[in-house]
Amino acid sequence: MKLLQDIVVIDFSQFLSGPSAALRLADMGAQVIKIEKPGTGDICRHLYVSDVMIEGESTIFHAINRNKKSYAADLKNEEDIEKIKILLKKADVVLHNFRPGVMQRLGLDYETVKAINPQIIYAEVSGYGNEGPWKDLPGQDLLLQAASGVTWLSNSSNKNPTPMGVAVVDILAGTHIAQGILACLYKRGITGEGALVQVSMFESILDFQFEVLTCYYNDGKQLPVRSAVNGANAYIAAPYGIYKTEDGYLALAMGDIVKLAQLLSCKELEQYSDSAEWFDKRDEIKAVLVDLLITNTTSHWLSILEPADIWCARVLGYKELMNEEAYQALNMEIVVKTSNGLSITTTRCPIRVDGKTFSSDKGAPMLGEHNEEIDEQFGLKKEVAMAHSS
Amino acid sequence: MNNLPLNGLVVLEFSQYLSGPSAGLRLADLGARVIKIERPKGGDAGRRLAIKNLWLGDDSLLFHTINRNKESFTADLKNAEDVAIVKELISKADVAIHNFRPGIMEKIGLGYDVVQQINPRIVYGEISGYGKTGPWKNKPGQDLLLQAVAGLTYTTGNEGDAPVPFGLSIADTLCGAQLVQGVLAALIRRQKTNKGALIEISLMESLLDFQFELLTTYFNSNQDVKRSGISNGNPLLGAPYGIYETANGYIAIAMMDIHTLAGVIECDELFNYTKEHAFINRDDIKSILTDYLKQFNTDHWLIKLQAHDLWAMEVLDWNMMLESEAYKVLQMEQVLKLDSGKSVTTTRCPIRINGQKLVSSKAAPSLGQHNKEVYADFIN
Repeated sequence: MKLLQDIVVIDFSQFLSGPSAALRLADMGAQVIKIEKPGTGDICRHLYVSDVMIEGESTIFHAINRNKKSYAADLKNEEDIEKIKILLKKADVVLHNFRPGVMQRLGLDYETVKAINPQIIYAEVSGYGNEGPWKDLPGQDLLLQAASGVTWLSNSSNKNPTPMGVAVVDILAGTHIAQGILACLYKRGITGEGALVQVSMFESILDFQFEVLTCYYNDGKQLPVRSAVNGANAYIAAPYGIYKTEDGYLALAMGDIVKLAQLLSCKELEQYSDSAEWFDKRDEIKAVLVDLLITNTTSHWLSILEPADIWCARVLGYKELMNEEAYQALNMEIVVKTSNGLSITTTRCPIRVDGKTFSSDKGAPMLGEHNEEIDEQFGLKKEVAMAHSS
Repeated sequence: MNNLPLNGLVVLEFSQYLSGPSAGLRLADLGARVIKIERPKGGDAGRRLAIKNLWLGDDSLLFHTINRNKESFTADLKNAEDVAIVKELISKADVAIHNFRPGIMEKIGLGYDVVQQINPRIVYGEISGYGKTGPWKNKPGQDLLLQAVAGLTYTTGNEGDAPVPFGLSIADTLCGAQLVQGVLAALIRRQKTNKGALIEISLMESLLDFQFELLTTYFNSNQDVKRSGISNGNPLLGAPYGIYETANGYIAIAMMDIHTLAGVIECDELFNYTKEHAFINRDDIKSILTDYLKQFNTDHWLIKLQAHDLWAMEVLDWNMMLESEAYKVLQMEQVLKLDSGKSVTTTRCPIRINGQKLVSSKAAPSLGQHNKEVYADFIN
């Protein structure tokens, strides 16, 4: 039995934060039904990246929305809203990431939905929460990174504030809302009660910084200072960073400088024998390593450091990674098929259950692809007709 | 706070550092009773790992941050008597999580096969670096190294720069969070089947999953992911997406139509570019913006852009963020009370349930602090 077998999720969300949460629920066995605007659907369908398209739709839409169903409904049309409300009556979870106030205007706010279905878990992702001066600002990943201080943690000190190059705020907010939904479903299994679960992208990106923010709150509010040389983590001592070698790059994590000096036969490093200096003098120490490591190949350095249990690794791009047996052993790639015959290679859910990975070959739905099926499964047309005849 | 969703659940945490303990923390904040099982000598190695040399008594502030709202029980897992006691705990627990390297729990005699025999209802969660098979399975699961091998460092910083890692432990954080998802979903299934589950996840799989948009684009285009040369914000996105210097600070500008932007900021040069150029010519466009935006203060631009609903934001540091009303209304901070009388400010759980913020003033346990209580509650 799948972990979330028989759980029905009605997903009004768009882009990445909400849909990534719904994808996780789908992979764990839930039936996820995307409610989309007729004609256009989830805006992400047309968010082209790198100018790469699959059959006129963006690659990322296909990555985010595989293993889901699509039900096209106009939320401003009375009959469609009636159907949606019947669907909500039979659903376990409803998810949205509209800006505050939108679901109220549509008549689908928590109080209304709860009245229809007291057992429902109602989940919402916002940008900045439902109050405060930023509540109506767009919940966009880069902007949240900018607002939360996180751009001052990556890269070296002479560089501009540097955003993380993957939509980390969206992903974390999606991860957190999924956790909240699951915790409330668990509780519902005991009490029979539904719940409202809320996460804002702002809270999620602050949570991500919990270690360093706690440091800041308690050290007299000192701002992070990025390392001047090969900055990798503002709070960690030398040699932590990525170094250029003769033929590539080498990552060095936390390590004993004295041991490194010996292994690399580096006289200049020997003077840093006091571990307390490894943080304060990190840029000096790293500068010595920069000059040394460029003089030979990555393989050469790995052959010295790895056998001595120094934490190091070759820095890989996707192409190199995929040539590695370790990557292949994970079987991370899956091929999904859309109903119009398209095959798309993407990644699977990272969680294994009872030794097995989840593998669904169901591709992303076409807009409104499942209207008839859902009408049938949940008796939507029949119930609307009955409501009108009575 | 009473009436939390996971009230009544007992979680045994055989975890160190960040990945496993961050999962334990989330389960604790959602209401579970989380008991750290620690070595009598030293305990969780995270107790001795400090940043900026900040300590609270014997333990680092960092340890306190990650392990608040938990209990500590000491057991020497190399001692048969102690293992027998731990097995009794296991027989009464709902969840056990660990992040040892592959084979260690089996060697101790607490592998899933054994634990499942003791307690068929248990949900057993494990985190590894690279999974249990393949040539890297015994490599250390260290965050920077995972970022380096997973291709992630080629997403951040500008093309032409060396690869740039995320300045936070992204692999640990995501892996811990995903373990929580798997564990909770397994607990939901257990309500129907009365059977536990084995939930496994590796830091490597978490980081690959994190890059699913990039990887899917890569798989289906066979084009290498390339950062932009100027103000890279996300290698998949065209201009103007990125952070730019202004006369008095920095501004973040997300996706938008180039012509609309040109009109709003009155930058004629940008009118030479249309939607078709946004990706291919992104560095040309960004280079124009880089020079242009330096002329005036951040506010000057922000007011214009936000008035037209264009997606832009001032780049804040923490001091500026803490001054903002938007930060204050979140009430993201909470205060932990230590037995020593000291108090520590940290962040709270980011999830709200039924409109309530999940807060707990319970500080991290000292090593073995709850030995007596746990013994009294669980051992016959």
